Amino acid sequence: MTHLLTTANSLILAAESGAKELSDGGTLASWAWLIPVVPMVAAFAIVFFGKRMPYKGWDIAIAVMGFEALYGTALLLSHISKPIAHDFQVEIAMLGSMPIEWGWSVDGLSIMMYFLIGVVGFLVFLFAKGYMEGDVRYTWFFASFTLFAGGMLVLVSAPNLIQLIVGWELVGVSSWLLIGHYWEEHENSSAAIKAFLTNKVGDAGLFVGAIIISMSVGSFRFSDILHAVESGAAEAPTLSRFAFWGGLALFIGAMGKSAQFPLHVWLPDAMAGPTPVSSLMHAATMVTAGVFLVGRMYPLYLTDGFATEVRAVIVIIGGITLFLTGLIALVQDDIKRVLAYSTLSQLGYMTAAMGAGAYTAGLFHLFTHAFFKALLFLGAGSVIHSVHSNNMSDMGGLRKPMPYTYWTFVVGSLALAGIVPFAGFFSKDEILASLRYASGEFGVADGGGAVATVILALAIGGAFITAFYMARTVFLTFHGEYKGHGHPHESPRIMWVPLVALAVPSAVIGFINIPGVTEVFTKVVGGREVPVLDHHASSFDIPMLLAGLVAAGLGIYLGWRIWGPDAETQEARDSFRVDGLYPVLENKYYIDDFYMDGIVRPIRGPVARAMDWFNGYVIDFIVNGAGLLAKALGKVVYWFDQRGVDGAINASGAVTGAGGGVLRLLQTGKVQQYAVLIFAATVILVGGLVIWF
Amino acid sequence: MEWFESGWGLSLIVFLPLIGAGVLLAIPKANEEAQKLTALFFTGAAFVLSIILTFAFDFGQAGIQLGTQQDWIPAIDSTYHIGVDGISLPLVVLTTFITLLSLIYSWEHWPEPHNPKAFLILMLLLATGMTGTFVALDLILFFVFFEVVLLPMYFMIGIWGDRNEVTIPVFNITTQMRLYAAIKFFLFTLFGSAFMLLGFLALYFKGGRTFDMLQLAANGAEGLLGSGLAFWVFFALFLGFAVKVPMFPLHTWLPDAHTAAPTVGSVLLAAILLKLGTYAFVRIAIPILPEQSQNWAPVIGILAVIGIIYASLACLAQTDMKRLIAFSSVGHMGFVMLGIATMTPIGINAAIIGMVAHGVITGLLFFLAGSMSHRYHTREMARLGGNQQLMPIMGAILGFTAMASLGLPGLAGFWGEFMALLSAFSPAEGLSVALFRTLMVIGAVGTVLAAGYLLWMLQKVNFGEPGDEWVGHEFHDVDKWEMAAWAPMIVVTIAIGIFPRLVFGATNDSVVELVSNAFRSLG
Repeated sequence: MTHLLTTANSLILAAESGAKELSDGGTLASWAWLIPVVPMVAAFAIVFFGKRMPYKGWDIAIAVMGFEALYGTALLLSHISKPIAHDFQVEIAMLGSMPIEWGWSVDGLSIMMYFLIGVVGFLVFLFAKGYMEGDVRYTWFFASFTLFAGGMLVLVSAPNLIQLIVGWELVGVSSWLLIGHYWEEHENSSAAIKAFLTNKVGDAGLFVGAIIISMSVGSFRFSDILHAVESGAAEAPTLSRFAFWGGLALFIGAMGKSAQFPLHVWLPDAMAGPTPVSSLMHAATMVTAGVFLVGRMYPLYLTDGFATEVRAVIVIIGGITLFLTGLIALVQDDIKRVLAYSTLSQLGYMTAAMGAGAYTAGLFHLFTHAFFKALLFLGAGSVIHSVHSNNMSDMGGLRKPMPYTYWTFVVGSLALAGIVPFAGFFSKDEILASLRYASGEFGVADGGGAVATVILALAIGGAFITAFYMARTVFLTFHGEYKGHGHPHESPRIMWVPLVALAVPSAVIGFINIPGVTEVFTKVVGGREVPVLDHHASSFDIPMLLAGLVAAGLGIYLGWRIWGPDAETQEARDSFRVDGLYPVLENKYYIDDFYMDGIVRPIRGPVARAMDWFNGYVIDFIVNGAGLLAKALGKVVYWFDQRGVDGAINASGAVTGAGGGVLRLLQTGKVQQYAVLIFAATVILVGGLVIWF
Repeated sequence: MEWFESGWGLSLIVFLPLIGAGVLLAIPKANEEAQKLTALFFTGAAFVLSIILTFAFDFGQAGIQLGTQQDWIPAIDSTYHIGVDGISLPLVVLTTFITLLSLIYSWEHWPEPHNPKAFLILMLLLATGMTGTFVALDLILFFVFFEVVLLPMYFMIGIWGDRNEVTIPVFNITTQMRLYAAIKFFLFTLFGSAFMLLGFLALYFKGGRTFDMLQLAANGAEGLLGSGLAFWVFFALFLGFAVKVPMFPLHTWLPDAHTAAPTVGSVLLAAILLKLGTYAFVRIAIPILPEQSQNWAPVIGILAVIGIIYASLACLAQTDMKRLIAFSSVGHMGFVMLGIATMTPIGINAAIIGMVAHGVITGLLFFLAGSMSHRYHTREMARLGGNQQLMPIMGAILGFTAMASLGLPGLAGFWGEFMALLSAFSPAEGLSVALFRTLMVIGAVGTVLAAGYLLWMLQKVNFGEPGDEWVGHEFHDVDKWEMAAWAPMIVVTIAIGIFPRLVFGATNDSVVELVSNAFRSLG
């Protein structure tokens, strides 16, 4: 365990810093099943009784989220004072000799998520009351929104893979409901389907991965799986043999939910849903699920003899995602789409960190990002609510009429850009440091050093891009002249209070994990049953810190030069539209087009029709042909029959007559007689053969 | 409960509907109320008895129980041998449950040309045939029940079926849908039955001159049937069962029959009739011919997975909502057969919960398709749309059921699909691991396609704005009879999803024992 490594900055192990005296959490933990169950029940309650409530169901929803926020906070405080790591399982069936269980996990990782979902969720639900006022399906919205949050809580509370899958898909289905909330428009329901199906592609990977891993261990429980990993490859040879494929397949699942390249295409379209949905979906819930899954299974990816090679894939996918999607954000006009692509980019950072072996850094960025991204989306929602347009070309100059929105948006942008001392600075710096570390010796397997170096370069470039597009967004939206219609106004209090409430953590929450000073967060997420041997900087990595800051500063400066109020020359902006590159970005590298024209349409069209054709023209050709042949044959037999036995005709005539209306239906029905005849003949013939054998 | 121990209870469950059919014959045609009440009484009584059966059932015991064995046809050593174990119990309850709900639904929904008396008699006959098949432990008895099912369904489709004209491709024969579908259904099944009967006869002569399934299974496990002929005997049984399931490429009767059948006919077909084949694989083929089951398992597995992918793709091409749902059954039964093909306890457990789930979920989908086409007078999805606006409750239930059908975790359909894939990871000893793992991955891809066709169906039917032709129309949302029939199905779908022990609790011990008995000698 003394894995101390020496690079420019010294690194320590999270597992060592975290106290290994774990408690079972007492009453607070044993009642934590309420966390996933309450919202699920509440969602149904809102459907059936919501309309009769004074606030049409919002009251139930906000009470539930308040409960979640409080319970999550209580657990977190308790966890900080004494680490809790305990699983609770309730058997719901036996399958062969494998138990299937529901349960709830109370450990550092899940507690961090309970807290995050509860607190951010509560504020978003508060905001949603104002934003959704007068919506056509107000009550239904809060029912599905509660289901969405509940599904996420089922997911993060899962102590085994089965429950994780259940929560996983509940999140998927409720996101489908929410993205397609305005289903009258074909475009919206298509966006919803795109999200569901892209996720479902990932889910196929998740299914396969879960099957491989759990069948190799003989248990669905995370604790059994991770203990098997802890015991080493020699002790768990089956798991060791399948860990690579299992780990890879699980990561494909993670790529779906956490929208990693090339399964990222659903996320920007998910903007079709109401803005509060985007706010929660892109921050605390849904997109975090993939990173969470990798975190949950982390020892598998980190322990020699298991799925360490998969980390190379993870870090590469993360690096590609963070860079390529960040570039797309530069060319968007829709403010929500800018933020959507920035979410993709930030998820890339988290994924890259996980791949680089930096468990804490990846989760820390997930944590801080949840606050400032929720803030930015709500800020965008506030703006959209005011100007009735998503397009930044209809905005401008909103700084004056919308002061709360403006200032909180600026805080969120600075946090996202990674400017000291805002939250994003600390988490992004940790990621850069860990990538640099990975490019040294730790982490990515053979030849991984070079890979990590490239990814590190991308990540620094990404920091520049992030600052650049956020500067662009702030300037285009809030500075210059107002270009839209009507008179923009500040949003009502129920909407700006959550903005302010989110701005505070966006500004300061980074301080909970300052290398060398405090490591509250490291201890929180490190407090779990099977320790995670990740590496974690014990002091700032000064070169990386400077690189990140310079990149971000440069981005903001360039943004100001091109879109700032003092540089309102069209010339500067035009120079930005590089021929050849710009259209590629506007068309999202043509990936969406490829999926639609190269995969979806052919399958729905020619391939599906070919199958249908095969059914009607090949299989049924044989069937109908055989039927008609039998009928013709029957006629021949019948002809002999009539010639031969007159009495038989009379008898059959009498039967048909007596059968009346019902039997007349079987006019084709003579076929039936022939069939019986053929049937009997075959039976006698082959029966004879069998006896004779 | 003494009464159940002696087998009377089980016999009553099987034959009450038949008695009901007899009583119905005596009721004048005009008195529809009395007919309906009579049918309700008998199906209701069968359902209540099947619930009592569940309580009388000893879940701690894996073998056959609550049955009886009486002389029947001594000349061929065939006896009236019935009984249930954990495998058949859920299916018996499913049958009485769905039959009762079908009757409730029918109360105010009679397909043309009306005639409730005849319709109810057929329904009751069907009930006896279906339940009988699940409890029969003698091959001849099984065969009789299996075939009893055939005629009522044939008439149901043929008389109350879809009267639209269809043209048969290539041969260019135009006929009414109901006639074509009914004949096709009948002949296909008869074709399979012929081979099945041959298989039974061969088992009789080669397996120790008995038709008793338990005796045959004991003989089979000892390798009495291990000869070269057994290979073809299994093939004969396979044909008989596979037609009923239906497995690719013997499935083409299904889309036509389902589409043409009246609503209740489609429901019973999907919910129960399809299970007769899969059940027979588990009850007859595996225990009696374990070695041949292993030989044939790769074929079954491959056809099952072809069925999953093929049916899902074919679904994507459908324009008729009911036909789409029909095709989806082929895919779902593919998962069931994949589970069976692994020959493992997990796979067979998965198969049975898959059967129950498919019965409830697809049954409900057919109810919905029927009620919607009754209101819109069309099943063309291109003409529907905006249903969610016109009939919000109907739309919501359709959405729920589609989600259940695509195997959403937390609802009943998930367990069958996921566990079937799980079992394919480690199939029974002697089967090709590489093959089944490949099938597992392909099957997992199939779940994506299933999500695709169901989501697009919802988009076409439920979402968007209603077409111009419906402007000004008054649509009645779900009525009380529909609600009474559907609500229990929704509850069951959720209940099994959250608490799968409702099914696994019954099946697991029996399945484990069945598999270990069958493969004892094979090691």
